[in-house]
Amino acid sequence: MAKVLMKGNEVIAEAAVHAGCKYFFGYPITPQSELVAYMARRLPEVGGVFLQAESEVAAINMVYGAAGTGVRVMTSSSSPGFSLKQEGISYLVGAELPALIVNVVRGGPGLGNIQPAQSDYFQVTKGGGHGDYYTPVLAPSTLQEIIDLTEAAFEIADTYRTPVILLGDGMLGQMMEPVEFKDLTEREPGQKEWATTGTRGDGKPRTITSLDLNADALEKRNEHLQKKFAMIRQNEVRYETYETEDADYIVTAYGTAARIAMNAIQKARKAGLKIGMIRPITLWPFPEQPFIETRDRVKGYLSVEMSAGQMVEDVRLAVDGRAPVSFFGRTGGVVPAQEEIYEQIVNISGGVEV
Amino acid sequence: MEEILIAGFGGQGVMSMGQLIAYAGMNEGKYVSWLPSYGPEQRGGTANCAVVVSEEQVGSPLVSRPSTAIVLNNPSYEKFEPLVKQGGLLVVNASLISKATERSDIKVLNIKATEHANVLGNPKVANMVLLGAFLEETGILSDESILEALKKVLSPEKHSLLGINRRALELGRSLAGNVKI
Amino acid sequence: MSMKTVFERTSGLTETQTHYCPGCTHGIIHRMVGEVLEEMDILEDTVGVASVGCSVLSYEYFNCDMTQAAHGRAPAVATGIKRVLPDRFVFTYQGDGDLASIGIAEAVHAAARGENITVIFVNNAIYGMTGGQMAPTTLIGQKTATTPFGRNAAVQGLPIRVSEMLSTLDGTAYIERVSTHDVPNIIRTKKAIRKAFETQKQGHGFSMVEVLSSCPTNWGLDPSESLDWIKDNMVPAYPLGVYKDSQKEAGQ
Repeated sequence: MAKVLMKGNEVIAEAAVHAGCKYFFGYPITPQSELVAYMARRLPEVGGVFLQAESEVAAINMVYGAAGTGVRVMTSSSSPGFSLKQEGISYLVGAELPALIVNVVRGGPGLGNIQPAQSDYFQVTKGGGHGDYYTPVLAPSTLQEIIDLTEAAFEIADTYRTPVILLGDGMLGQMMEPVEFKDLTEREPGQKEWATTGTRGDGKPRTITSLDLNADALEKRNEHLQKKFAMIRQNEVRYETYETEDADYIVTAYGTAARIAMNAIQKARKAGLKIGMIRPITLWPFPEQPFIETRDRVKGYLSVEMSAGQMVEDVRLAVDGRAPVSFFGRTGGVVPAQEEIYEQIVNISGGVEV
Repeated sequence: MEEILIAGFGGQGVMSMGQLIAYAGMNEGKYVSWLPSYGPEQRGGTANCAVVVSEEQVGSPLVSRPSTAIVLNNPSYEKFEPLVKQGGLLVVNASLISKATERSDIKVLNIKATEHANVLGNPKVANMVLLGAFLEETGILSDESILEALKKVLSPEKHSLLGINRRALELGRSLAGNVKI
Repeated sequence: MSMKTVFERTSGLTETQTHYCPGCTHGIIHRMVGEVLEEMDILEDTVGVASVGCSVLSYEYFNCDMTQAAHGRAPAVATGIKRVLPDRFVFTYQGDGDLASIGIAEAVHAAARGENITVIFVNNAIYGMTGGQMAPTTLIGQKTATTPFGRNAAVQGLPIRVSEMLSTLDGTAYIERVSTHDVPNIIRTKKAIRKAFETQKQGHGFSMVEVLSSCPTNWGLDPSESLDWIKDNMVPAYPLGVYKDSQKEAGQ
C-alpha cells in the first residue's frame, strides 16, 4: 500500500486491525482518544466489535471476558486510566489470557497533565499490579515501528498466553508521520483449546481462573509462570544499536526520547565525539546483552528519559558497576530538546574541541 | 531542514495547513512530521502545529525555534515572533495583526490574507494565501504537491473547493513577491 | 419390588462437593440454575461467569464453560464474552457485595446497555466470604462485623434495592426478585431463572433474578431460623415480585 500520513494513535488502531484484532473495549482519555474514535469507526467495517466501556476498569474486564473466548482483543488508555487497569492485567496474567494493552503515557503523578512522558516505566516493566509477574512491553519510537510492534505484540500474546503492553507517549500518539501498511489480509483465527466458548460437544467444561486456594498448587502455578517469563526473556528481547562499535560513550533511550537523542548523537558524531546508542525496543524483557557487550570497553553511559530516572535503574543493573552511568531527564510532560541532550553528551565526554 | 510553526485561532485552518505541508512533503519523498498542540480548549483558543520537512529522518517533531512561523492572530504573533530562528521567516496575516516586528535578523511577509481571501470569495482560504506566500519564499514544495495533498485532506464532496484554493495559493505567491522587506 | 427414580442429580452441576456452609441456600440456587440450563438443553452453549465472594468457586460446580471474574466485574467480563459470542448463553452469578457494592457500576451499565446476559444476584444482606461484614443490602439495625451496633442510617446509609433501581433503566428486559425461604418460593425462584434465560434466548436484553438467600453462619442463626429471618426481615425490606418485564409491557 502507498504511504499515508496518520496520527500515531490511529496507526496503533489500524495496525491492530491488520494484526487481526476485531475487538476493542476502551474509555476516552487524552492523549489517546483518537485511538478509541478510530476503532469506533473502523471495527464495524471488518465485522468486529467496538464498545465504549463505562470505565477503564470495566474495559479491561471486558477484554478479559473476550480474551477468554480466544479472540485477539485490545484496550488502550493513558497513564491514570492505565493505573485503573492494573488489577485486570494481573488477572489476565494469572488466568493466562492474551491481550494487547496500549498505554499512551502522559505526565504524572496523579491527574498530572496530558503532555508526553515516560514516567510509567516502573509500572509497566516491574509488574504493575499485584502478584509475581511481568508483562512484555514494546516501545516503538516511530509510527512505522508501531505497525511492526503491534503485530509482534499480538504474536507474543498468543504464543505465551500473556497480556502485552505497547508503550507510547502523548507525542507518538498525537504526531503524524508517513507510514506504509501491508495489504489487509483476512486471517484465520487460530483455535485455542483452552478458550471458554461453550463446550459444544468437545468434552469436559473448561475454566478460566487465577484462583488457587491451595498454596502448593498456587506455587506450582507461579513456577509455571516464572518458566514462561524465562522463555520470554530468552526469546523476545528486542533492541537496536547505533555506532556502538567504536563508541567512547553510549546514550541509551527508548521511544520518543530515543528519536530526539539520535539527532543529538549524530550532531555529536559530526563534532568528532565517538557516541553510540542503545535503543531498547522491549523494555521488559530489558535488553541486557548490548550493555554486557560494551560495558568493559566504553567510558560511560547516559540514559535519556522523559522521567525522573526509571530505565536508568535497569541500565545500572545491566552495566553492573563496570562503567559510570549518568542520567538526563525531563519530567512533567516536558520533552527534552535535542540541544540539551547534545549538551549532556558534550559534558560527560569532557567537551568538544572548538 | 525546515521547521515550521503555524499558529492562530481554532477554525482558521491552522492544523489543516500544517497537514497539507506534511502531506505534500511526503508526496515529494521527504521526511516529514506534524505535531499539534493539544489541550483542553476545543474551540476558540489558540491552536498551533509544528511541521518538520527534512531530507533526513525526523528526530523531534517538536519545534521550539522555528525556521518559519506562520501566525494568524495577535496572541500567536506575540508568542512566536521572538522564537523565529535567526535568518528565519515570519509570515503574518496582516489583516488581523497590526504589530510590526523590531527584529532585523528575520524576514517578514506581511500579507493581508483575510482581505484577499474575501476578494476571492471565501474568507476561509486566508490560510492558503499565507501558505502560497510561504511556498514562494522558501521554495520547499510545489503547488502541485500541495493541491494533490488537498485532494486527500478534503472530503470528496468538498473537491469543488479545489479551484478557489488553487487561486488563493497563486495569489499568495504573487503577493510574496511584492511585500518582501 | 421395582425401584422408581424420584430424584436425580442435575447434569447442570458437576459432581464436586460444594464448600458452602450448612443451611446456606447457595446450593439450592446453584441447583436451580443447573436444572434450567439442563432443561433448556443449553449447557454446551453456555459460558458462566463466577464472581468474588462465597460463590467464587461456583466455576467448579456449574457443568459448563466458566470464567472467574475480578471482584464486581462479572457483568463487564460477561459483556466481553457475549459481544464476541452473541449466540452463546452468558450468565453471571454474583453476591450482594460483589454486585451492589464494588460492582454496582458494571451492573448498572451492563443493564443500561441492555446486554443480552442473565445475572443471578444472590442477596443475603451480608458479606459471607470475608466474615460477615456489612453489605449495601444489610438491613437497618442489622448487626455485622462492621456494624457491631447495628446498621445506622445516619452513619452507614440505607440499603440499596437493586431490582427496583435497575428496573428503571430502559435497557433491562426482565427483573424479578424471589426468595428461597420455603418450597413455594423456591419453585417460584426456578421459574424466574427460567424466564430470565428465556429472555436471553429471545434476545430481549438484560435479565436479572435477585434471589433472597440466607447466611446462617454470619447471621448467627441456625438454618431454620435463617429461613424465618428471610421471611420476617428481608422480604418486607425487599418485596418479592416482577419489577420489569419488557415483553409483557410491550404486549399491553
